[in-house]
Amino acid sequence: MSVKTEPRPESAPRSAIGESRGERLRRLFSSRIASAFAVVIAVLWTIPTAGLFISSLRPEDDIRTSGWWNVFTDPSFTLDTYNYVLYSTSAGGGLIRNLINTVVITIPGVIVPVVFAAMAAYALSWIDFKGRNLLYIAVFALQVVPIQMALIPLLSFFSKGLAIGDMTIMPAWELHGVNTIVQVWIAHSIFGLPLAIFLLHNFMRELPGDVMEAARIDGASHSQIFRKVVLPLVTPALASIGIFQFLWVWNDFLVGRTFGGGEATRPLTAVLGDMAGTWGFGWTRLPAAAFIAIIVPLLVFLLLQRYFVRGLLAGSVKG
Amino acid sequence: MNISDLTDRFGLLAVGLVAFAAVMLALYGIAELASRRNSNRLVATVFLFPALLFLVVGLVYPAVRTFIMSFYSGDGSKFIGLDNYAWVFSNDSALQTLINTALWVVIVPAVSTALGLVYAVLIDGRRGERVYKALVFLPMGISFVGASIIWKFIYQYKASGKQLGLLNQLLVWAGFDPVNWLNNFPTNNFLLMVVLIWIQVGFATVVLSAALKGVPVDIIEAARIDGANPSEIFWNVTVPSIRSAIIVVAVTVFIATLKLFDIVRAMTGGHHGTDVLAHNMWDQAFRLGNDGRGATMAVLLFALVIPVVIYQVRNIRRQELEAR
Repeated sequence: MSVKTEPRPESAPRSAIGESRGERLRRLFSSRIASAFAVVIAVLWTIPTAGLFISSLRPEDDIRTSGWWNVFTDPSFTLDTYNYVLYSTSAGGGLIRNLINTVVITIPGVIVPVVFAAMAAYALSWIDFKGRNLLYIAVFALQVVPIQMALIPLLSFFSKGLAIGDMTIMPAWELHGVNTIVQVWIAHSIFGLPLAIFLLHNFMRELPGDVMEAARIDGASHSQIFRKVVLPLVTPALASIGIFQFLWVWNDFLVGRTFGGGEATRPLTAVLGDMAGTWGFGWTRLPAAAFIAIIVPLLVFLLLQRYFVRGLLAGSVKG
Repeated sequence: MNISDLTDRFGLLAVGLVAFAAVMLALYGIAELASRRNSNRLVATVFLFPALLFLVVGLVYPAVRTFIMSFYSGDGSKFIGLDNYAWVFSNDSALQTLINTALWVVIVPAVSTALGLVYAVLIDGRRGERVYKALVFLPMGISFVGASIIWKFIYQYKASGKQLGLLNQLLVWAGFDPVNWLNNFPTNNFLLMVVLIWIQVGFATVVLSAALKGVPVDIIEAARIDGANPSEIFWNVTVPSIRSAIIVVAVTVFIATLKLFDIVRAMTGGHHGTDVLAHNMWDQAFRLGNDGRGATMAVLLFALVIPVVIYQVRNIRRQELEAR
């Protein structure tokens, strides 16, 4: 889905009266109330996260007995909680293992669907074959199928295999321990494909046809054109989609929880989700644990916001 | 942590990446061979094969299977016709789930879009616009689980003594008694919605702000010269000009809201009357072990998405026609 927007020229257009459009619109709301409102929203949107961050740095006893705003009158900070949740072998600790799971899940969980989607999008936009449009519409339509529609059968596909009557088409995968992560890779790759194909197809379709034509006349094969002409041209799009998929996989709870096996092999977010849900005796360690999970995507998000926004404006519906 | 935890996991990652590289190399070789035979059909098959295999095995087949499962009993052994659907519309807690879902999909998209629009208008062209935008956009980078934890601390309740949650502390400062927010039906539903709104307003702001930049200055100028007052300009010029962007935002948030699982799971687990469709689906299938009911919930979810998507496709079509 796309929003049509035209970038405004850098020098803000001024009307005859010397007012920019922004200034004029702002007068709708009397200027001071408007300012106050904007500031209130900005503050409201920042305080919750800041509160969590402050909490994560406070000693356990402080977290248990007073709210985070008390640090302003009674400051005391420690990194002990971070140390505990990452490395302790006691209950609620050792999350470093799950953090590594998240990393191990995320890398293929981004690369595989983006590469497969790029190949498919190329075929759907530049290789002439019968039924191409029909196939594209089918893939486009798959975007709307909620993940929930696939969970139960896909999990049983991994654990019990696939059989029609008595005929076994695919035996059970019998994945145990760390190998369970393979299921999560595949699940993320599947669920990331429809949107990635759709977005990349949009980008690739816009590429100039004469460049492809010229390459073909020079005797380049489709795989050569794909690798040497198309991929370099769509790099910004690949970056946008890669960031989308990265945020999606890193922040995912549903897929990791469903396909991630036991607690030792689940990604960090899945473990956190359960910890928050039960709110057990270790709740004082939640801020630190949560912040470890939050900080990586937040940094990526801040540093690469430009690509992310571009991807957003190109449109999104995630299956 | 043992060193074997590290080697196990990164070993698996290495094996996975090597296997993937091998598959890609093989596909590339086959594509080259196919090119030499000059068969477009063959080349296209090679390029599409991995994606289509994944989609058919992982999405198409499971979706059909889920649809069929919704007519079977909890363990999938007995065909029970429409019993699961009858259960959804007669069981009290299932009905509550449906009502909650209806509230969510109306309130969250409406409030997120409205707040995003107002905020985008307010900060448009203001000094520090980028910072204002970034602050509100930031929660988009935080996982739903992370956001749930953040807000669970805000709503935290203690029966006596110093309050730990900001919301209750504010109440106490104002002279009221603290409230056990998350157990307090029906308010808890709205407090859960706040979390999703908190995340989605940033999305709405960024998209709508980009759309605002595309509204031609002369139209607004003309309206002003014709004597339109600011609120008339807003409702009759600005809003219609970015109408399609507003619809895209509302629909995208709608779909995200419908499929919401994480926030309910992490904040209340669906208890105290806060369950929604997508979470109940998971609960039925994976916690309570009733695949039939879980599948039924998934099918209902799917059915609710379809009309919206049809509307959206029409909207995009019209947009493309207008652009021509």
